[in-house]
Amino acid sequence: MERTIYRTIKATPASWGVAILLAAIIGAAGLAVLTIEHYGHIITGMNNQIVWGLPHVFAIFLIVAASGVLNVASISSVFGKKAYKPMARFSALLSITVLLGGLAILVLDLGRPDRLIVAMTKYNFTSIFAWNMILYNGFFAIVGAYLVVQMTQGLSPRVHKAAGIAAFTWRLILTTGTGSIFGWLVARPGYDAAIMGPLFIAMSFAFGLALFILVTLALFRLDGRIFGDKLMLRLGNLLGVFVAVVLYFTIVQHLTALYAEEHAGIERFILLDGGAYTTLFWLVQVVLGALVPMALVFLRPSRASTILASFLVILGGLAQIYVIVIGGQAYPLQIFPGYEVLEGFNEGVVNSYSPTIYELALGLGGVALALLAAGLGAKILRVLPTNLSDANYPD
Amino acid sequence: MTNRAEMTRRDILKSGAAVATLTLAPGVTLMTFGGSEANAARADAGKRWGLLIDANKCAADCSACVTACKTENGWGNDGGEHSGPETESAWIRKVTLRDKHTGRQVSAPVMCQHCESPPCVDVCPTGASMQRVDGIVLVDKHICIGCRYCMMACPFKARSFVHSDVPEQSVNAPRGKGVVESCTLCVHRVDRGRIPACVEACEASGNSAILFGDLKDPESPISRALKQYSSIALRADLELNPGVRYQNL
Repeated sequence: MERTIYRTIKATPASWGVAILLAAIIGAAGLAVLTIEHYGHIITGMNNQIVWGLPHVFAIFLIVAASGVLNVASISSVFGKKAYKPMARFSALLSITVLLGGLAILVLDLGRPDRLIVAMTKYNFTSIFAWNMILYNGFFAIVGAYLVVQMTQGLSPRVHKAAGIAAFTWRLILTTGTGSIFGWLVARPGYDAAIMGPLFIAMSFAFGLALFILVTLALFRLDGRIFGDKLMLRLGNLLGVFVAVVLYFTIVQHLTALYAEEHAGIERFILLDGGAYTTLFWLVQVVLGALVPMALVFLRPSRASTILASFLVILGGLAQIYVIVIGGQAYPLQIFPGYEVLEGFNEGVVNSYSPTIYELALGLGGVALALLAAGLGAKILRVLPTNLSDANYPD
Repeated sequence: MTNRAEMTRRDILKSGAAVATLTLAPGVTLMTFGGSEANAARADAGKRWGLLIDANKCAADCSACVTACKTENGWGNDGGEHSGPETESAWIRKVTLRDKHTGRQVSAPVMCQHCESPPCVDVCPTGASMQRVDGIVLVDKHICIGCRYCMMACPFKARSFVHSDVPEQSVNAPRGKGVVESCTLCVHRVDRGRIPACVEACEASGNSAILFGDLKDPESPISRALKQYSSIALRADLELNPGVRYQNL
């Protein structure tokens, strides 16, 4: 096995083109934020019923995926798989930038983003949201240190392993925290479930790996580096396993809720007669986002099937978070059990939500920020190996 | 209804929160009524303010409480070309319900339930959602960052996010675009020994469906009524012990 050599990526016309495209999307997001700031959230599709909208779907997707992106590094340093070692540096870097993109969306969607300093200085420790802010900042610090350790020559393997274990542990806590934002909401029948923590961890494994595969492959292609087929199949196989785990937790989540009569209404809404939410759940999340990718990587393993599966997992992941976040709010609160509401304020009816271009721009802006920052990182730091050809892995 | 009389007698004379008296010199006293930030900090821990709403007395075609709250607190007129009922604030709303099995119809106002264990306060990352020692749940608009997590957590849909500029404000309740707001139980009135605007308007309409008072005082009319007649809390299954209770619902 050759020694891995890390090089920064070259500034080619193609990479410049991608960077300019991403910068333009970020610019559009910036304009959207300024417009929302000027007029207020009135110009978005969000309202007093659907208080979290499309920006939150993108933000939560990125935050969940960020910790999953780090898995590639963890598999190498915590679980000792040598084949993943050359990708570990970029895994750490990408996880930081993806979290950055997600948090940027979350912050810029606040009613008062100018008060970010308040959020950083005043903590209510009974709030899982406040804990998450600590977990996010800690993630930057710990994974940043982990990256430095990986890039420092001559450190003992024990230091590598210790840093890897710290980062891995932190990311598990972080994703549990993200899931608990919903799991700990007692008011809404679509949330309020302990399974949200583990479900979100499973989701992070799948979404993060899919994102890592696509971004790494894109950078390798832009820079003319070799990404071996065997390694690609190996990653695809792992992706299939992660997708199966997400599907398993999803099945348990819904079966448990179906068993309790009090949750029959929300389950009927999501699984049977929720219109767009039902379609998103069955068609996009389950079929396109889980069954098809699993069939691709397990039954027809190939380079192309891994790439297609990765795209589909991301699509299915966005649908899954959309169904959880928006679907959970669209289903009405049960304030007056036993009563039919004749007159009220959007009482007892399914709440409607149509996202506007501003929300889409903000969400895509966060994705573009994550990708541009990752590309810039690979341009200035030696995080990407010169090749990931199969010759390196005799097994 | 002894709402007002009970309040003025008991609370102005007995409550340190409502009245601060400073003796400057023999015969010269300085008396200030509560309501300022300093006095709010001295909300009386010996009290817990609450409402008892009698759905039988609440007329389906009456919305005096909602109108009074809008006038008192300056909401409901945010307007704007994009504004609609889904984005408009609703500190208090009237609901008309029909029992699915018996067909009986009832009306009642719904507002912040001023829970003893408020989920909105638990989840607020900055502590902007807060509870005074006298049980009133408020939003500190200076440190609310507009994340809306409290709105996700509230089981009663009692909170509103201000979606646009608020040109016509009331001095009683400063409002701001980008932050969350809800019923304050007319804290500015309560701290001056008065009753909330909705309660006053309901009395004036002749329905007197809302009783306001101190839940900790066993002799207050609200406590006596709660002891004598059956009442319910909305979403009692969550055990949040709201300060707002309903009769005949």
